[in-house]
Amino acid sequence: MKTGVQKIVEKYGKDKTRLMDILIDVQTEYGYIPHEITVQIAEDLGMSEVDVDQTISFYHFFSQKPTGKYHIFLNNSAVANMMGRAEVAHTFMKELGIRFGEVTSDGLVGLFDTSCIGMNDQEPAAIINNQIFTRLTPFRVKEIVRDIREGKSIHDMVVADYGDGQNSSDLIKSVVANNIRKIGPILERNFKPGQVIEKITKMTPEQVIDEVKKSNMRGRGGAGFPTGMKWEFCRNAAGPKKYIFCNADEGEPGTFKDRVILTERARLLFEGMVIAGYAVGADEGILYLRHEYKYLQAYLESILKVAREANYLGKNILGKKGFNFDIRIQFGAGAYVCGEESALIESAEGKRGEPRDRPPFPVEKGYLDMPTVVNNVETLCAVVKVVLNGGDWYKSFGTTESTGTKLLSVSGDCKFPGVYEVVWGFSVNDILDMVGAHAEDVQAVQVGGPSGAIIGPNEFNRILGYEDLATGGSLIIIGHNRDILSDIVLNFMEFFIDESCGSCSTCRILPTLLRNKLLKILDARGVKQDIDDIVAWGKILKASRCGLGQTAANPMLSSLKNFRHLYEKKIQKNKEYDSGFDLGQAVKESCEATGRVPNF
Amino acid sequence: MSQFVKFTIDTIECMATRGQYLVDAARENGIFIPTLCNYPGVKPKGSCRICTVKVNGKLMTACTTPVAEGMNVENESAEINDLRKSIIELLFVEGNHFCPACEKSGSCELQALAYRFKMLVPRFPFQFPYRSVDASHPKIIKDHNRCILCKRCIRAITDDSGRSIFAYRKRGIGVEVVVDPKLGKQLTDELAQKAMDICPVGSILVKEKGFNVPIGARRYDKSPIGSDIESMQISKI
Repeated sequence: MKTGVQKIVEKYGKDKTRLMDILIDVQTEYGYIPHEITVQIAEDLGMSEVDVDQTISFYHFFSQKPTGKYHIFLNNSAVANMMGRAEVAHTFMKELGIRFGEVTSDGLVGLFDTSCIGMNDQEPAAIINNQIFTRLTPFRVKEIVRDIREGKSIHDMVVADYGDGQNSSDLIKSVVANNIRKIGPILERNFKPGQVIEKITKMTPEQVIDEVKKSNMRGRGGAGFPTGMKWEFCRNAAGPKKYIFCNADEGEPGTFKDRVILTERARLLFEGMVIAGYAVGADEGILYLRHEYKYLQAYLESILKVAREANYLGKNILGKKGFNFDIRIQFGAGAYVCGEESALIESAEGKRGEPRDRPPFPVEKGYLDMPTVVNNVETLCAVVKVVLNGGDWYKSFGTTESTGTKLLSVSGDCKFPGVYEVVWGFSVNDILDMVGAHAEDVQAVQVGGPSGAIIGPNEFNRILGYEDLATGGSLIIIGHNRDILSDIVLNFMEFFIDESCGSCSTCRILPTLLRNKLLKILDARGVKQDIDDIVAWGKILKASRCGLGQTAANPMLSSLKNFRHLYEKKIQKNKEYDSGFDLGQAVKESCEATGRVPNF
Repeated sequence: MSQFVKFTIDTIECMATRGQYLVDAARENGIFIPTLCNYPGVKPKGSCRICTVKVNGKLMTACTTPVAEGMNVENESAEINDLRKSIIELLFVEGNHFCPACEKSGSCELQALAYRFKMLVPRFPFQFPYRSVDASHPKIIKDHNRCILCKRCIRAITDDSGRSIFAYRKRGIGVEVVVDPKLGKQLTDELAQKAMDICPVGSILVKEKGFNVPIGARRYDKSPIGSDIESMQISKI
């Protein structure tokens, strides 16, 4: 074990900023990170044990206990539950004889919950030993457990055909389906790899930035910062080295568009990173990829290899002296907050994914304290087309405030869940029509994931765009047969509780207290004061450092704003105060054990 | 560019050195902005959020925000004061804080701030979490019941080669500050005392020593938190 770990540490140059890679390799090799390895890594890297431990214990996919030869991570997103996760989960537990968070006594299988894995269009889904299993049913679970007991390899356990497009290529071999339902100017295949790189070799970096600025493009991750301006800030920032990060940590439940881009348009994405590198004067790009998409690793590496061979990456790209750029993939290890750009940078430096205070902004002081641009996957794809066809061309799509197109990830109660590229400016009603959901069958639409808003039919005429309903692209359609409070809102609150980094007092403590209020109301113990408390307490979260904390009360605040009657229906009308404590329930177990009857 | 900037806090005109953090700039102008995770000489982290102010209408932490020319800062409004009080209450319900039995009572910043903000009963339900006391280190006791996870010890105390002695573990509501098993055993008397002094509450205590200063004669028993800074302003007028 000792030499194995040494090899891994040496593979990354004994560099403590590569701790994530070291830990991922150890986790993959041993199935967990034993204490003695933590101690050894600390020694080899000149760190203390708690330094290493603080990173390990932060990430969901690192374990300090054995996770089994086969480790099953079953998605527990709201949509997974809508699509029948409960029965699937129950079958796993029954067939394996363990509960979630446990490993079978023979050490063969571990069963774990996990936050949204980016498969909302094909739930229920699970990750087993880094491979994805979609559209699970109780029957399918029985097959999987049988195959595991027979010792089959993960690839031999696949019974369905591989998915469409690159999903069936030798380097992916996955049952994941792309579900691309609508292609627009960004996803359109009218682009030859290297074409735009060749074009920019005849442009100055400033000209590239000007073209992007002219397009009025705003970042597609959700915050909507103007892309050209971000590049210009970074270009003008002082630093001996600069970095381009592609944020492929899409963790907002309900979002999966980046998965599809990475599978089908990886060349476009990498070309966008090269363009960004040229524009800001960076020679290194890092694709920060969520661990859930590890099944794409071999494929993406192969594309990078081809690009290097074609000199689209490397030194003096396409003969232009001094135009150097290369890309490496940095995996995360399961933390939604790492989608926040400064947390992502911390994570890429081998640390806990805790957001940084701003200022300074990453464009001034980012990765390894160097000026850094962090762009969303979709943003980097769009800039390729912008530079190819010009900023004016891009502006011809969408609205004045929201130029261009947006990739939507649509899931939930509709006929055609999947990825749609639409120009900005459509109403929610238009979208419902497009995805095969009749407005009269729809109770609500969750726009922008848990951190966004849940809207009812009276707002379906609102327009998607920065000027009205801004979104990172996730739309979850909720039919009338769903219980918004227990199926959706509770799930989202649990999500925020699980995913808080714990650094800000507000975001660490309040989501739990708010969730407990919701449980009290669902338990029919709520009173009007509880509703008032939710509104007042929710505001406190606005004082948190990052977007996760600031929006962590949104599921409750937004459902309370638009579906207040659901809360009011459940509270006690004739009572002003209820502690929520049930003495009978609390002493039930001890009464049963002692054979006594409570004497209230 | 001038070395000094002018800005206002609650419409009071202030002056400070460019680039200074707001909390320090305010102090020099005789204005107290309450802090818990911040500590002079230690890199600010903005994790307790107590020092939240409104800068030009936007919520920001004063410990991490550099002053800039023309900034309008809102510090003592009803809204900000209630926000701060609610954060203090959150910290009280998150852990197990029994002041009368605590060695730090009277020199505890959390307790002092609770008095300043006139906290009686927290608006939030007590969580009464199960927390342990780690007395396995020769020099110090780490009482997790009282830890407010401010990271002061983490940021301020490392060994000679920069290795952490204190660190976070886990995330979210499960976060705890732990002591390195090996380095914790090598802690010098000096560092142990520094750790205890830097802890705003009674979570880090030096062993075999207690109540050297009697209750009633401690720092905040004598003068309330912030009063030293605020007295500067009065004398200025």
